[in-house]
Amino acid sequence: MDSGKIAAVQMRNITKSFGSVMANDRVWLDIYKGEILALLGENGSGKTTLMNMLSGIYYPDAGQIFVDGREVVIRSPKDAFDLGIGMIHQHFKLVDVLTAAENIILGLHGEGKLDMKAVAARVREISGRYGFEVDPNQKVYDMSVSQKQTVEIVKVLYRGADILILDEPTAVLTPQETDKLFAVLRNMRDDGKAIVIITHKLNEVEAISDRVAILRHGHFVGDMPTAQTNAGEMTNMMVGRPVVLNIERPEPKNAEPRLEVSHLTVHDEEGVKKLDDVSFTAYSGEILGVAGISGSGQKELLEAIAGLHRAEGGSITYIEPGTGAREELVGKDPRDISDMGVALSFVPEDRLGMGLVGDMDLSENMMLRSFRRGRGFFTDRKAPHQLAERVVKELAVNTPSIETPVRRLSGGNVQKVLVGREISSAPTVLLTAYAVRGLDINSSYTIYDLINKQKERGVAVVYVGEDLDVLLELSDRILVLCGGKVSGLIPGRGATKRRVGLMMTRLGGGEGDE
Amino acid sequence: MNKTREPLVHISRRDTLPWYKAWGIRAAAIAAALVVCAVITTLLTGENPIEVYAAMIDGNFGTSRRIWVLLQNVAMLLIVSLAVTPAFKMRFWNIGGEGQIMMGCLATAACMICLPGVVPNWLLIIIMVIASATAGGIWGLIPAFFKAKWNTNETLFTLMMNYVATQLVAFFIIIWESPKGSGHVGIINADSQIGWFPTIGGNKYMLNVLIVAVITAAMYVYLKYTKHGYEISVVGESERTARYVGIKVERVIMRTMIISGALCGITGLLLVAGTDHTITTTLSASRGFTAVMVSWLAKFSPIFMVFTSLLIEFLGRGASEIATDFGLNEAFGDILTGVILFFIIGCEFFITYRLHFRKSAAHEAKEAAENV
Repeated sequence: MDSGKIAAVQMRNITKSFGSVMANDRVWLDIYKGEILALLGENGSGKTTLMNMLSGIYYPDAGQIFVDGREVVIRSPKDAFDLGIGMIHQHFKLVDVLTAAENIILGLHGEGKLDMKAVAARVREISGRYGFEVDPNQKVYDMSVSQKQTVEIVKVLYRGADILILDEPTAVLTPQETDKLFAVLRNMRDDGKAIVIITHKLNEVEAISDRVAILRHGHFVGDMPTAQTNAGEMTNMMVGRPVVLNIERPEPKNAEPRLEVSHLTVHDEEGVKKLDDVSFTAYSGEILGVAGISGSGQKELLEAIAGLHRAEGGSITYIEPGTGAREELVGKDPRDISDMGVALSFVPEDRLGMGLVGDMDLSENMMLRSFRRGRGFFTDRKAPHQLAERVVKELAVNTPSIETPVRRLSGGNVQKVLVGREISSAPTVLLTAYAVRGLDINSSYTIYDLINKQKERGVAVVYVGEDLDVLLELSDRILVLCGGKVSGLIPGRGATKRRVGLMMTRLGGGEGDE
Repeated sequence: MNKTREPLVHISRRDTLPWYKAWGIRAAAIAAALVVCAVITTLLTGENPIEVYAAMIDGNFGTSRRIWVLLQNVAMLLIVSLAVTPAFKMRFWNIGGEGQIMMGCLATAACMICLPGVVPNWLLIIIMVIASATAGGIWGLIPAFFKAKWNTNETLFTLMMNYVATQLVAFFIIIWESPKGSGHVGIINADSQIGWFPTIGGNKYMLNVLIVAVITAAMYVYLKYTKHGYEISVVGESERTARYVGIKVERVIMRTMIISGALCGITGLLLVAGTDHTITTTLSASRGFTAVMVSWLAKFSPIFMVFTSLLIEFLGRGASEIATDFGLNEAFGDILTGVILFFIIGCEFFITYRLHFRKSAAHEAKEAAENV
């Protein structure tokens, strides 16, 4: 690397604690102009906390921040903006009913009369410079996830940011959209902007970044040019010990039909069709991957099977192992389904909002599935407590105690608790939605392992995922959804990312041009 | 030194405090409240604050009769607080306790007025218990039903139901008024004492206090150890989780509000049959509203509610005592109550959060030297 790099930001001895948890402990970090820095680390390693202090959301307990060589104090997001620091969060902060341009100027103090034409022109000018595709007059509710993200980025640039922080920007994008985003980021880098990208996906780190910096347990472990390292080394630095990175895919054994979905049609609360004539069969001992752009009906599919979402039409038939008895699940609620003896487990997307109760402790969360057991009026507290202890031990959940509210655990540990509970009931069908979203590499591999073990036990696993690399490695078959319709159902072995990506955006993937 | 100044204070969330520190903060808050009240008293009235506090204590505990009245009032406030608590734990904002109490009063009075001579006294009392609980329960069920079926706003609904109940009572008071034209019901069955609760050891408050003590223990167990209690917690924390694990949320909402309303109805029974033996539109004395505060102050714990209801009643009684003793305006007592509550509620902030003050340069240098 050339030594002529100019530091945009220097963070020195930054320390931040939440209660007794040290989120950042004397962290040093340099961010340079004209460079894309990938910030890596496991969940709870303090990446987001560190960046939040730069963008004015948190205030450090100790340490100094220098911007352009001058020591600064960032007390609020406004201070950060004044220093040219802009952060694009994982969750977009846009007003749905406003247009792109209106969202972009929201909160800015302009002089005199508001001239939307000038705003639109400037938005177009920024878009043109870096290669964004954004229509200033489009309403946010009409936008795809990737368009919304584009608006967020333009919003930050419009405010004159020279230092951009992106928190897991690719988590919601298709491979094609990710490529587009990366092209834009490269243009911005070449324009001299300093860019920080937080991500878990090492292949993306290698594709986009110039330098990586690694945090572990709130400490700065090291940084190096991306070209001089590899996925193995980065993982070892993140985890602190060598990790094997491959996902096993044993051949399914004794596969027999377990769940038959035919002509399933589901509407959302507003009556918009979310699933349209979806048919497939899930087999025991097999992982059926479900791919699709977010919002293509994955959530509704799983919720309809679990009895949480009403089906407008079609049927969902459960075929009992051994007897082959057929049970219709449409029109049943979760209680009916479990009363029928259907051992169905569901790891929902929204872990703390649906799968678990954040303010309850581990043992009380284990009770969610079992508290109705027994005839008495009183709850049995002992069995869930033992289950919690077992899950903590077997899945190596990092928690101060069984009595800790799950909200206080890190993302990976929360997910271990949820998955641990769901597989403890010896299911025959396991539905998982984004089981590793936001999880670090180590936790992710633990979860893949657990899912594979269920498959070997003969469970029919339906795995909704967003990371195509993983879906392609893990699934025996892949069901691709596009706009609520089945775009294709292909064998996982031999499927290519490009093919699945195309099927996600176009029904059937436009086989013509393959 | 180009540096912008560090903020004077910044706030961060605390880890869970050990219980003794949390109680230490609360004790300090009460001590601070008493000091502030003393200063206010001296400045505004010129009275000796120690004497004022002594009067408050005397007003509550001065004679055995005063103690019993205090106990009765605490018991009545406590039972209403216990009644609204399951609903609150479910995040169902039942501020209709007042109306549910009035319906309990009305049902009790109706039985006492209409049934003597028809059924024996022991059966009458059983009917009164059932009638008052049912009346309160129905008054609680109505808003819960609409909430469960059509997701109506329960806060407005329960509030409005209060006025309906009060007007119903006013209507029946005119029908039952005695003597005619007085606008009052007067003491019901004054001679025969039919439908009156028995006194224990000649003390008419004893039975009420005992009943409420039993209900307190029962509510503690119900919320903490039963399947119902667990369902209430889950529905309150997250309705989506509740549906996900197959809890029938609508049923839990309705069932819990029946219990909540029924307990308020029982409060009406205790007031009419236990102590007052009459019915007026102000019999519940706004306990349905005060209970909201008592329940929240105790963070929905039935055991702490014993203390918070005692505190509220103590302050209320003490306030009127000093008003009479020192010839002060009744509002002065309310000022003191307000100051004390402000400190008690405000100190919870310091239990949850920690303040970091900007260190002076000298202090910082010293600390740096220590760290080397």
